[in-house]
Amino acid sequence: MASSQAVVESNLEYLSLNKGQRILYKISHFFTSIPKKLGHFFGSIPSKVRKQSKGIGGVFKNIFDAAVEGNWKTRLSFILMGFGLGTQHQIIRGVLNFLYEVVFIVFMVAIGGSSLAALPSLGQLGQVIYTITETVNGIPLDVEATVFYDNSFTIMLYSIITIALILLLVFLWYGQLKDSLVLQRKGVIGKYTSDKETLKGVLDKNYDKTLLFLPMLGLCLFTIIPIVMMVLVAFTNYNSDHMTPIKLFDWIGWYNFSNIFSSSASSGNGLFLKVFGQVLLWTLLWAFFATFSNYFLGMIMAMIINIKGIKLKKLWRTILITTIAVPQFISLLLVSNMFSDTGVVNTLLSNWGWIKTNIPWLTNATLAKVMIIVLNTWIGIPYTMLICTGLLMNIPDELYESAKIDGASPAKMYFKITLPYMLFVTTPYLISQFVGNINNFNVIYFLSGGGPSFVFDTTNIPYQVSSAGVGRTDLLITWIYKMSVTAVDKDYGTASVLGIMVFAVVAFFSLIFYNHSNSVKDEEEFQ
Amino acid sequence: MNYALENQAKTHYRSHKRALHIRNFFIYFFLILISVIWLIPFLYLIMQSFCSNYAPSFFFPYTPTAEHIAQGYPIWTGANYIKLFNDADYPFFRWYLNSLVIAIVSCAIETVMVLGTSYALSRLRFKMRQPLMKLMLILGMFPGFLSMVIIYFILKLVGIEKNIYSLILIYIAGSAMQYYIAKGFFDTIPRSLDEAAMIDGADKNTVFFKVIMPLSKPIVVYTILITFTAPWGDFMMASYLASGNQNMMTVAVGMQQMLSLEDKQTHFGEFCAGGVVVAVPIMILFFWLQKYYVEGITGGAVKG
Repeated sequence: MASSQAVVESNLEYLSLNKGQRILYKISHFFTSIPKKLGHFFGSIPSKVRKQSKGIGGVFKNIFDAAVEGNWKTRLSFILMGFGLGTQHQIIRGVLNFLYEVVFIVFMVAIGGSSLAALPSLGQLGQVIYTITETVNGIPLDVEATVFYDNSFTIMLYSIITIALILLLVFLWYGQLKDSLVLQRKGVIGKYTSDKETLKGVLDKNYDKTLLFLPMLGLCLFTIIPIVMMVLVAFTNYNSDHMTPIKLFDWIGWYNFSNIFSSSASSGNGLFLKVFGQVLLWTLLWAFFATFSNYFLGMIMAMIINIKGIKLKKLWRTILITTIAVPQFISLLLVSNMFSDTGVVNTLLSNWGWIKTNIPWLTNATLAKVMIIVLNTWIGIPYTMLICTGLLMNIPDELYESAKIDGASPAKMYFKITLPYMLFVTTPYLISQFVGNINNFNVIYFLSGGGPSFVFDTTNIPYQVSSAGVGRTDLLITWIYKMSVTAVDKDYGTASVLGIMVFAVVAFFSLIFYNHSNSVKDEEEFQ
Repeated sequence: MNYALENQAKTHYRSHKRALHIRNFFIYFFLILISVIWLIPFLYLIMQSFCSNYAPSFFFPYTPTAEHIAQGYPIWTGANYIKLFNDADYPFFRWYLNSLVIAIVSCAIETVMVLGTSYALSRLRFKMRQPLMKLMLILGMFPGFLSMVIIYFILKLVGIEKNIYSLILIYIAGSAMQYYIAKGFFDTIPRSLDEAAMIDGADKNTVFFKVIMPLSKPIVVYTILITFTAPWGDFMMASYLASGNQNMMTVAVGMQQMLSLEDKQTHFGEFCAGGVVVAVPIMILFFWLQKYYVEGITGGAVKG
């Protein structure tokens, strides 16, 4: 044992180890290499900083040059964006830049400035109900009127949009200034790029910008801004008691994070942490078993159908693919109904006299967990089968033939030839499957709905647990869904914290997988 | 001597053949068993959609004889389908229309955007390429729907949060993140083809549409198939936007509701009929385009 943990000096020495020692070596190597990697990382910082500062220095140099060397057109570009471009043959770009500046100023005056100013406090005054006396048909009546002043949510959202627009402004401002100077210099020697060339570039030199403009706009609006918001909301008390605009929410620092881990009364004397731990554990177990059961069973399925001499290959594959073709909510809800306590499976089994009492397929915690993983293979095996079918045929037959001549058993051939090859090629697929399973909402929500629920022996249950009705088969993702959508007492703050935790878990495992796979590296090699 | 050897070879051959037969018998047995397991739920779905009433102890409906009716057995009937399209509580036809429109429109736009993004990331070289792919990898690790609440408010600013068709906008906005498979496919097309076309004076736009696209039929069909079928199964975002408004539901949200309410026993037949109506067109589409689906998923998902 001791020898295997010692640092192995060479390849030969590694090969001389037996299997158990090799695994131990790999594990110890992973941990012993951490300091080295860290050192590498920190060691590379100075050179990176130098590189960066060189770039930043270049930026300031260009701005300086524009101020010193620039003619009046370029200098006017400092305040009137696009002026230099527009007056030096690039009318389209000049006009667009100028328009952006106008829009930006209007936005800042109308919304942006006030939002940014209110960001630290997230608004002062929410809903105000006041009574006025109106005279209707000669009779004075007290009428209640409601006015909404601030809205923490919109303040936050507009602030993020404003910051994004400011960054864009800086980017565009620098770009037009630099290009104006370039145009000026080219103009001296009588050369200039006109609108015609700008338009031609749209389909050629700048084609990447043309293709990516809309997708990136969508990405910013519907992915990046919401995620930034989500991270910010984790530091607020945005919940049912603070539903803006009726009642404003406020910054509360790390409270949401510490509340999960604390053992104070507000978190049910540590009950919150207990539930969180169980849900996290089940999420990881589920992701592990769901990914690998589908992977290996699917691969075995593909190998069986691929065996030479088996007829009707296409038919078998087509039958398996039905579960991909039918929308999941139909098949999963149906199966969930079939396996419910009084469903067709239990009824038929007891009619045939095979069981005395109904089997709690999806209502007993342990059995439900097993059943979810088993039923998930029904959905998941066909995907892996399809992917593996083609790949298995890529393995050269000679490998198997020579192994056979050497007297290798089928099992040995599988573990020495098939599996290493498949693992090598399909690592990206495995990673995406694992990540997808951590966030697999459909299977859990439609099959068990998260149930059966936890049983507690205290009455002091944090409302994030009780109101959401979190159950023993809930994943983090379905808990978040319940906490922020279906619960009576919603808590967006804690939901965001859990979302960040999911991110942390996924990022951790993805990094490990990525570092240990060769197929992800060397992207260019395959082209 | 020679004769004996030949005989020996023959018996060896026969025993080998018998072993093969036995092996094949077990394999076929296993495959048939798997097929049955795979298809039973769907058979159940179809059979229950023709049952007059739901009773958990009956898998198949009975022939409608007076005796069976008297005993309260579920009998063959098409009533579920008629009821499905005329139910006052559940406007199934409206749901179906909603899903269909959303699927068609988002499929058309998304396909163009996914393929464009994939082409740009696979073929064009620009400064932000690597950072962009890394950024999208990281963004993909966040649980998507937490941003749902926030997207809802963003839609509210524009005033379209109560309209189910804003789903189209949301799906389209997410298309950049789906670049992975199509990019993997484009990566396998030799770059020398692009270079040859560019030497002949083609710009990048022409290369995309005239060189790459004709070679990428599998991935185009795959992308169309995926983007068309995804909206049918999406539940989370759709349920959030519909928020109880019957006319603004997609089939996934509406049909889930059929089984989640108290009266789920009475609506089970209707649910099954709805399931058949939704699943059959998609299944036909899927089996028709199966070849491309397989090519797309194997060509793009992994690098062989």
